Order: sequence, then C-alpha cells, then structure tokens
Amino acid sequence: MREVAVVAFAQTVHTGHDTGLAEPELLLPVIDEVKRATGLKRFGFTCSGSCDYLAGAPFSFVSALDAVGAWPPISESHVEMDGAFALYEAWVRLQHGDIDTALVYGFGKSSMSDIREIMTLQLDPYYLAPLGLDQVSYAALQACAVNADRPALDEIVRRSRADGRANPHALDLPDPSGEEFEVEPLRPYDVAPVTDGAAAVVLAAGDRARELTGRPAWITGIAHRAEPHYLGMRDLSRSVSTAEAGRAAGVGKGPVDVAELHTQFSHEEPILRAALGLSGEVTVNPSGGPLAANPVMATGLIRVGEAARRILDGSAARAVAHATSGPCLQQNLVAVLEGAVLDQSL
Amino acid sequence: MPSEESPAAIHVLEFPGGYTRTTGPVIGRFLTELRDRRLVGVRTAGGRVLVPPLEYDPDTGEPVTDDYVEVGPAGTVQAWAWVGSPRPGHPLDRPFAWALIKLDGADTALVHALDAGSPKALRPGLRVRPRWRAATTGHITDIECFVPEVTSLVAPVRAEYRVTPGRALTRFLEGVRDGRFLGGRCAECDAVYVPYRVSCPACGSVVEEEVEVADTGTVTTYAINNLPDPRAPEVPFVSAYVLLDGADTPMIALIGGIPAHEVRQGMRVRAVWVPPEERTLSMTNVKWFEPTGEPDADLDDSIGGA
Ligand SMILES: [Zn+2]
Repeated sequence: MREVAVVAFAQTVHTGHDTGLAEPELLLPVIDEVKRATGLKRFGFTCSGSCDYLAGAPFSFVSALDAVGAWPPISESHVEMDGAFALYEAWVRLQHGDIDTALVYGFGKSSMSDIREIMTLQLDPYYLAPLGLDQVSYAALQACAVNADRPALDEIVRRSRADGRANPHALDLPDPSGEEFEVEPLRPYDVAPVTDGAAAVVLAAGDRARELTGRPAWITGIAHRAEPHYLGMRDLSRSVSTAEAGRAAGVGKGPVDVAELHTQFSHEEPILRAALGLSGEVTVNPSGGPLAANPVMATGLIRVGEAARRILDGSAARAVAHATSGPCLQQNLVAVLEGAVLDQSL
Repeated sequence: MPSEESPAAIHVLEFPGGYTRTTGPVIGRFLTELRDRRLVGVRTAGGRVLVPPLEYDPDTGEPVTDDYVEVGPAGTVQAWAWVGSPRPGHPLDRPFAWALIKLDGADTALVHALDAGSPKALRPGLRVRPRWRAATTGHITDIECFVPEVTSLVAPVRAEYRVTPGRALTRFLEGVRDGRFLGGRCAECDAVYVPYRVSCPACGSVVEEEVEVADTGTVTTYAINNLPDPRAPEVPFVSAYVLLDGADTPMIALIGGIPAHEVRQGMRVRAVWVPPEERTLSMTNVKWFEPTGEPDADLDDSIGGA
C-alpha cells in the first residue's frame, strides 16, 4: 500500500442559516486556504462530494468547479455522497502511483430546503420513499432498536454542544433542554442542526507529503463497507458495516487517542463506539461533531480533517475518523490516521 | 459579503404526474400480490424469507429463489418511533408510529406506519394487522397503515337496583342522622359491635342491647388511595379502620384534615359531622374523621376486647 497522508485541511465557519453565498462562493475560501497551506496550485486529482437534491439541480457539482479552476482540463471526479467518500476515491486514485497529490472537497447548504424531506428521496422508491418516511423518523426507529439511555444521550448532546461552542467553525448552540419529542424517542436536540458549510482536504503520497508538511497525518488504514438499504433487513441496534470497516482499517491495532464520528443523531454515538471497540477513555468528537455543526456532504470529510488536524498539530498520535451515508448508518467509512508510519516493508 | 436581505426565490423540483419506474419481477410480484391484498415474501437460497422481497440475499449477495411465500397478514412489532406531529408527506394526519413489523412467516421486518392511538399502546411484541385501502393499485400504500390486533374490548355494564338497608343498618343510620354512633352488645361475648347489628357474628346470639359509643376513636390501620372516588374529598385520600371508643370492632371511614402521609396507626381521631340541618339517613353525615391532637393510643390496649 502506498503511503498517503492528509497534509492540509480547511473548513468554513459554518452557519445555521443561508448567508446568501452560492456553493462555489462557500467553497472558494477553503480551497484557497489549502492551496496557501500547501503552496500547491494544481493537483494530480480532484474529487468532490455533494448532493444534487440539496440544491434541487442536476449536476450541481459542475458549477462548484468554478471554485477549483478547471481550465486547462483537470483530472476530476465526483461522488453523490459526503466528501469523505470522495476522499476514499482520491486515496484509491493515489494508490495507482502516477500522481502524488489530490484535492478533495465537500459542500452543502441544507438551509435551502427541508433536509428531512430531502433525505426521504434517498430511500428506495418502491418500499420506503412512498411512505414519506422522513430522516428523523427512521433515525428514531434506530434509537428505539438500540434502546438508548436518555441521560446518556442528553450527556452526549451537552458535551457535543459545549465542545462546539469552543470550536470557532461550529455553531453556537445552548445546552440541551426541553421535554418535547421530535419523533419519539428523539428530542429536537438529539438531531444534528441544519447547517451550511464546506470543507477541503489535500492528500499527498510518500515523500511529497513530507515535503508539504512537517508532520503528515498518515492514513494507515481506510475501508468502506455497506449494509442492506432496507431497514427491516438489518439489526438496527448494531452497525455491522462500521465494525467491519473498522477491522479492515486496523482500528484495533493500537491505542486510539481521539475519534471523530459522523453522528447526526445522539444515539449513533454509542452504536459507533461499540462497533469500533472504542472504550469510554477515547475522546470522541472534541470538535463538537455533527451535533454541533452538520454541513451535509461535508460533515464526514470534516471528521477526517478534524482527526488529521490533531495529528498535524501533534496533539494526538493515533486518531480514527468515521463517515456515514444512507439511512440509519447504512454504509460506513473508517480511516485510521497516525503521526508516524511503520516501515511498510516489515 | 451578502447584503442584509439577500434576494431569494422559490425553486420547486417536481415530476408532475409522478415518475414512472419499472419494478422488475421480484418487487413487481410483491406489488401485484399486494394489489390483491396478499403479502408475499421471497425465499433465499439459504431458506430465509425476505419481506419485502429483494432480488438478492442481503447476507450473501446471491440471487433469491423463485419461491414466493404468503406471509402475515398479522405480524409482530419489533421497534417503533412515535410521530407526535405528522408531516405533510406522512401517511396519517394524526399522531402515529413508524414500526418495524415482522410479519408471520417472514425472517425480516417490514417498515410501515402503525395507527396505534397513543404511544402507551406500543410495546415490543405488539401484534398488528394491515388496514387496506378501499382501492388497491399495487403500491406499498395499498396498506393504509397497520393497526393493533383486537386483544380487548370495552363492554358497558349498567344495572339499576332499589336497595333497603335492613333493620340493623336502618337503626344505625338513624343514629348517624342524630349525630350518634350506635352499637349492639352481645351479652354472651361481652363485645360491642359498631355499626349496630341484630345478631352476634361470633356466637350467633340475638343482640338485644343497644349502646351508644363515642364519636372519637383510634386508627387501627389505613390505606392511601391514589385513584379518584366520587365519595372521597380529593386524591390521594385515606380510608382507615377507626375503633370508636367503647366499641370492640373498628369501622371503616375516611380520614381528613391531615396530609395523607401523616396518617398513622394509633392516631386519635374524631368524627366531623355535617350541620344538623343537612343530615339525612346516610353515612355522608360524617364528613370524615380528623385528628384530635391527643397523644397516639397504644393499639394493643385498645384492640383488646373481642
Ligand atoms: Zn356473641
């Protein structure tokens, strides 16, 4: 496996409302920031993650290329998923060996529409979408299946929002309060907030990574696994695909200092902790996580970026990043990032 | 920087008349049977029955067999989410639940709406059945929703009676009307029964001697009642056995004028009578018993008699 590292990461100051910027305008500053951080103007490969249904327009990622500068033509691709999955494609592309750098970005403005309705459109069109099953409702089914402990969920939200208030990129949200349900057993604060934002990551391979930064965040393992789409075919109380991806990425091969998990609902944290075998000692989502800022289609990429940031600044030696897509944690990507790579020949 | 008021326009994404999709043979079979109000699953090579049917076994990725199995229509609820405020796209416009329902004969769960009335009605293992739409078209919404199976019914019962209190009770109530508690002494047993009675329950003798006892007494035991009762002042209320001074058997009565949790065995109490002009031939002449403020009695001494 070729050594590949995160060498730069940037994200917007996310907002809970539409600031009037179009998607390429949201993206420009973060792409500019990673270009300045690395000194790179062109990349061997560019890959983005976004969702046409968020903008309500086909091929909406094409207009976002305005922020990249695609002339003369660049080698470019897109996933209709979170930017974390674009990062996976870029990592695979770098494994080919003929290029050394890649730019990855993700962006979304969930303020433009009703995200709960939009996420219904991702469900299968025969059995689930026609029921009008919305995003919070299917998450609530999972929260029931996991029989989540209410004080534990409250503490997860309280901790996430407090960490988010300390993160200049996340939203400023108050401590959770109120007894009403959004969809029982989920309360409104168990649901990640509506957020607009974008993020960008630069990957580099081998010595190129060492040239670009003093302490690259090496991706020592990365894997992506999927489960059946239909909710009733799965045991919703567990995340089998996260566990398999975590095993394939080698999460258990060493101590984990910090984990950034793509938890869009509070009950997902205990499910993911169990799937990844993270003890109570492991610091989860010190950035505040998605419960403090959820720029859809960038949120997963931000998990990779936040985990990498702690390697890049030397505050962690080994970090885990997780990203998800599909209803009720249907498919999951897990990456292990480390400050030092073991000799690959050993 | 955006101006104070950014220009905005409403943009709608819609396929007028709907988006036509082909179903393929597996999903098509399920929807065709659904139109005929039958529920079918498909068997995998491993023998599991998938409901609703998929083209492949989610565990192995192998194609499923051609064996379609009728399942349900009843099933068992595995998990649910209660929707207190339905959204415009939801199947019901009143509060309902989303449920994972394992239909009888299936190995996987179907997701659908459940019209259960209240979240209190939901529990794992709840048995449910589909409620079909009047016109079925071969669509998952041919099932309007699921509803709980019938496991209980409400049967109204009302019958009228004309009762008379009998000789002994009439005599007792006459006493209560006059603000007195009457008992009967059994000469054989030397025991005073309150309320008044005409025969001794212990030895069977005819009770010949009428005695008046005090309207003060001692609480021998009590219960705190948390269910409303039309005869009680409020909830919680205390019903107690009060051994009136001079009696050998305690009488049931309400206790009032004191918080429920402060009532105790041995507490000294006195009857609170309604004003004489309001009295009738009824126990309601005694509003309740309330504490006298005397020191508690020793129950062993006061219950000695009978
Ligand atoms: Zn007798």
